[in-house]
Amino acid sequence: MTELKRLVLHELHEELGARMVPFAGYEMPVQYLAGVMAEHTHTRERAGLFDVSHMGQVILRADSYQTVALALEALIPVDIAGLAEGRQRYGFFTDAQGGILDDLMLANRGDHVFMVVNAACKAADIAYMRAALEPQGIGVEEITDRALLALQGPMAGAVLAAHAPAVADMRFMDVAVLDIGGAECWLSRSGYTGEDGFEISVPNAAAGDFARALLADDRVLPIGLGARDSLRLEAGLCLYGHDIDTGTTPVEAGLTWAIQKARRPGGAREGGYPGAGRIARHLADGPPRRRVGLRPEGRAPMREGVTLFATEAGGEQIGTITSGGFGPTVGAPVAMGYVPAQFAAPGTRLWGELRGRRQPVTVAELPFTPANFKR
Amino acid sequence: MKFTEDHEWLRVEDDLVVVGITEHASTQLGDVVFVELPEVGTRVAAGDEIVVIESVKAASDIVAPVDGEIVEVNEAIVDEPGKVNEDPLGEAWFFKLKVEDMDEIDKFMDEDAYNDFVG
Repeated sequence: MTELKRLVLHELHEELGARMVPFAGYEMPVQYLAGVMAEHTHTRERAGLFDVSHMGQVILRADSYQTVALALEALIPVDIAGLAEGRQRYGFFTDAQGGILDDLMLANRGDHVFMVVNAACKAADIAYMRAALEPQGIGVEEITDRALLALQGPMAGAVLAAHAPAVADMRFMDVAVLDIGGAECWLSRSGYTGEDGFEISVPNAAAGDFARALLADDRVLPIGLGARDSLRLEAGLCLYGHDIDTGTTPVEAGLTWAIQKARRPGGAREGGYPGAGRIARHLADGPPRRRVGLRPEGRAPMREGVTLFATEAGGEQIGTITSGGFGPTVGAPVAMGYVPAQFAAPGTRLWGELRGRRQPVTVAELPFTPANFKR
Repeated sequence: MKFTEDHEWLRVEDDLVVVGITEHASTQLGDVVFVELPEVGTRVAAGDEIVVIESVKAASDIVAPVDGEIVEVNEAIVDEPGKVNEDPLGEAWFFKLKVEDMDEIDKFMDEDAYNDFVG
């Protein structure tokens, strides 16, 4: 087994009483002293600070933003060329079968693209982009001298404005480069909790002071991966490797909204990315199965791997839960999974097999908790 | 009070044994969100998985520490699973067991031995 990598803020996490666990090759804080439930609730009500420095930060650069954007559109079914400067979009790399290789955020930063990718996929993503883009004269630079922090929650804007007043003018999915305490920080007004908030790329040397300054605000608590998972689950957001992977198309995954008109059949720059044919068929005919929200009846959580059936008697398995647990804000178990399209309507009653017994679970609208973005 | 290697505590009350989980176990589990208890009258054997306990993180089982019959269960922790974190050694007991051979209880660890065990 390879040695786990340590975060730049490792010492701070230990000081804060974090329980550290291995995740995607890193030693990561899964929870702090408050515990998952309190950390989750605190983020929904106030502001939580997450260290997501394990994620990959990449800069793609050529003679212009448009050069990079058009080349990336051959890998990603998103309108990148039409993304305005200072704006960010969610996207994903697709494979030849229309499956998802990784999901990501990308921003137009004037003369280059800034991208954030999942930790577990970053080595593969970067190798893939280098092979595809470097021959076209596009530089693919992994940023390794910066930490990535997320400040999330309804008070995140007020907390951060005390250190960088200009953030007050940012809307959801805006990006900006701001000086915070003498350090050049790269900000986006986004996150993965369903709350308003920011992701902030900070030079390693300034990351400790910046994190401590945020934590000194009594509205802010450090939040671990445990609550990050329950927050994103309630927000109906996919976790790569669980809710989406190479076996799921974006249409099956309910991510059609991320494929803008310009890239869909009939659009100005339709197709032209791996798996475009299969994705176009799913768009036209509807996908054979869909990702849905699921509300187990009763209190027992249904977690990843729980098998789904159309009737209590069982019969053939129709689907599987891909993420599930207890939703602290919902106050009940919540889950997501894939079911055939005819079972995907909200209100459909299905059965999940838990410890050898089939228990009722109802298809529900996503998200489970309303998004609270600053549009 | 006695302690098992499965992080349960046992307290003898007349001819019954009250069983719960230790502070250490409750901390390791994290916030408990669901408890399923056995039915009163169930005859259990040592090692049987008779309680399901789910925290925000994971599901785990609680085993019967010795042979016996379930004579009472604590429905309060089914209604409010959070009690398992708040008061694991007191209010949040799990079940009472009528034990056939009370001497069986003596083999378990005392508090000092348990504290050494969890280090």
